[in-house]
Amino acid sequence: MKNLAPKLSLKEYENNFAELHPPFTPLTAKAEAERCLYCYDSPCTKSCPTHIDIPAFIKKISTDNLLGSAKTILDSNWVALTCAKACPVEVLCEGACVYNDKGEKPIEIGRLQRYAMDNYFRNSSPNIFTFSKKKNKSVGIIGSGPAGLACSAELTLLGYDVIIYEANKIPGGLNTWGIAPYKTRRQDSLKEIKLIKSLGVKIKTGIKVGETVSVEDIIKKHDAVFLGVGLGKSSELEIPGEELKGVYNAINFIEKVKSENWNSVKVGKRVAIIGAGNTSIDAATEAKRLGAEQVYIIYRRDTSQMSAYDFEFLLAKKDEILFYFNSAPKKIVGKKYVEGIECIKTKLISKGLKDKPKLTVIPKSEFIIPVDMVIKAIGQKSHNNFLNSIKELKMRDGKVVVNKKNYQTGNAKVFAGGDCINGGKEVVNAAYDGKMAAHGIDEYLSN
Amino acid sequence: MIDLSTDCGGIKSLNPFWLASAPPTNSAYQVCKAFEQGWGGAVWKTIGEPVMNVCNRYGGYDYNGQKLIGINNIELISDRPIEKNLKEISETKRLFPNNAVIVSLMVESKKETWHEIVKRTIDTGCDGIELNYGCPHGMSERGMGSAVGQVPEYCKMITEWVTEVSTIPVLVKLTPNVSDIIYPARAAKAAKADGISLINTINSIIGIDLDTFQIMPSVAGKSGHGGYAGAAVKPIALHLVSQVARDKEVNLPISAIGGITNWKDAVEFILLGASSVQVCTAVMHYGFRIVKDMIEGLTNWMEEKGFSSIEDFRGKSLPQLDDFGNFNLLHKTVARIDQKKCIHCNLCYIACEDGAHQCIDLIPVNGHNKTVVRESECVGCSLCSLVCPVEECISMVSVDEKSESKSWNELMNEYKNENKPLTWDSLAEFQHKHGIEIH
Repeated sequence: MKNLAPKLSLKEYENNFAELHPPFTPLTAKAEAERCLYCYDSPCTKSCPTHIDIPAFIKKISTDNLLGSAKTILDSNWVALTCAKACPVEVLCEGACVYNDKGEKPIEIGRLQRYAMDNYFRNSSPNIFTFSKKKNKSVGIIGSGPAGLACSAELTLLGYDVIIYEANKIPGGLNTWGIAPYKTRRQDSLKEIKLIKSLGVKIKTGIKVGETVSVEDIIKKHDAVFLGVGLGKSSELEIPGEELKGVYNAINFIEKVKSENWNSVKVGKRVAIIGAGNTSIDAATEAKRLGAEQVYIIYRRDTSQMSAYDFEFLLAKKDEILFYFNSAPKKIVGKKYVEGIECIKTKLISKGLKDKPKLTVIPKSEFIIPVDMVIKAIGQKSHNNFLNSIKELKMRDGKVVVNKKNYQTGNAKVFAGGDCINGGKEVVNAAYDGKMAAHGIDEYLSN
Repeated sequence: MIDLSTDCGGIKSLNPFWLASAPPTNSAYQVCKAFEQGWGGAVWKTIGEPVMNVCNRYGGYDYNGQKLIGINNIELISDRPIEKNLKEISETKRLFPNNAVIVSLMVESKKETWHEIVKRTIDTGCDGIELNYGCPHGMSERGMGSAVGQVPEYCKMITEWVTEVSTIPVLVKLTPNVSDIIYPARAAKAAKADGISLINTINSIIGIDLDTFQIMPSVAGKSGHGGYAGAAVKPIALHLVSQVARDKEVNLPISAIGGITNWKDAVEFILLGASSVQVCTAVMHYGFRIVKDMIEGLTNWMEEKGFSSIEDFRGKSLPQLDDFGNFNLLHKTVARIDQKKCIHCNLCYIACEDGAHQCIDLIPVNGHNKTVVRESECVGCSLCSLVCPVEECISMVSVDEKSESKSWNELMNEYKNENKPLTWDSLAEFQHKHGIEIH
């Protein structure tokens, strides 16, 4: 990069990446738990994708039954610590809390869940699980992200032998590699993996299914297979200059930040993020926290169309990220290194009332933003080649097609869940898919 | 102009707010400070027999994040010598001639001893005497306090020893730890007491530590019952005050005590007939300063209601008190839920379903549940309206069609006149006639 952001002191990095939502103390946790109305058939539980019995686990915090509280949470969600910290609670459980209707602050469900889970892991994760009889059948799981982890844990309780095949050296998928460090740290994900391994799940890391071993072999070796492979490569901008030094994709950049070796992550003095989804916000705030002087988010449409959550948008604004809306990148400028990004203004034009408005560029509205680094965050492609190599498996719009009831794919022996079936949602959705797929697999193998 | 002044059995004070005989009235320093902040009167912490205290002395009862809704104590009467107390009492009275200073007494059950302490107390210039027949711990083991209050004969005898020599008003402070408070109250009346103070603390064990199994408060590994007080005891105190206030034979001014923490509590006791109220736990928790809100709140409320003196509303609620047998069996109310205010917590549903009469339905609408009362089956118990967390969302609405009234006593009289036996069938006939269905 032409101009690197100056390095910060270790203390500055830690300050910048400090938790957005610090933990409760025992007294504040109890006070918040006691505020919970203990609703019956509660809206928070209904709006949680994993349907955690939220009033029950909160009530247990208020009575000092913290182990019982963690048990209630883990009964529904195997990656509950990660979810407690990374879930968009504003649009899920906390958004559904009846206190909102009362015009009062909703219960801080995420922080309370974290309190119960922190306590559970602090007390060396006591075994609170009931195992079914051994079934002497094995299931292979491809990918150790939240879907694969949830599926593996649930299957183990159901009596299956489970092996997870993970391409990476460190398991956990996006939980380990993708969530912004001010939300969760790698250690949080590793605690959950340690718990799941303690149930008997085997994780083989560094195994690239499709390269190291063939997917056919995996399918042959096991009685059933679960695909929790997530998404693949980042999408390209397909504009000139993409090969220049200083152009990154968001996933790789975020992975580097996640290593927590703040010092070793190169970041430009001025950074442009392309796209306005939640990943774009992560990349932008992380670049800023690493010391970038100015970070821009460039998006070809307007605020009403961007996929980032409102609270993420707010966070970016708090971090003094500058937004260029209705600006489409046209060219990355520079000789060898990125020197700037040329954009063109856009607007929505509709021909008639019935006509869906079309995004059109405004002629001669080009402008150049001088930057040293461009981070592409315009989505990820699916693992098309790999998935297409699986016999009878069907794809639609880049997503694996599954039976919604049991998560079975076109290939009866193969099940799938998480980002590879939904195109990229939350950790909590993947956790639910994995768990439910385990029951689908159990049903399939029991017949 | 609102006048808050009161006269309780001849003891006059600027307002009805007195400090109860307890740790906050242990010394001239405290009582003078309290008077400066606005307290109308103070009952000095009981003086009398030589005692020694222990530690710890208090245990707290917290509920749902609220500290100290109840407190119990094993503290004894004043552990400062009588001479010192009497000197401070007379100094305090000299500095605050317009505030009521009442001295609480407790000595061994000997006529001469009582005669002596009463005379010495009167010499301080104080406004009245309160006889502590209520202390339920420690002192009672030595034949004093509630050991007296629990035996109407002792109560009468000792009160007579006091009233026969006293030239100032005498209040008798009763213990609630009896099966019927009326008997010691009547004994006090018979012995010519000028008023009744009640309630003293309730026998209690406040709790046990689940790690050490230690009963609290713990005195070097030993524990025992203590006297329970604070907001949690108010309903019990309201009832006992009403019992004494209703009794025609007692017919004495009342100084009410028990869980009074603000002006609203005070108003409730006055509505049941109290002439003054005494406060302890709330002051132990928050300090003397709470009296400012008490005075202001009471004044504002009286203004709003158009009362100019305490006497204007004292005892105003008492006529409502009646026996269950005189209640109208035909009065019917049902719960109505304001759907606009409902936040869909469904607490009314589960309370009715599991804890009452199964007459609220949950009907799924737009992803949440609509709670609907089946009015024909609603027994009007009001549980749902009590658990509802939203103000004025569930109201109990009267659905009396006619102005008919029939009490149990009236019904039984009818049965008697008609020579009809009371059976489930005969009762069902009455219910059926009035459209009452028991599910």
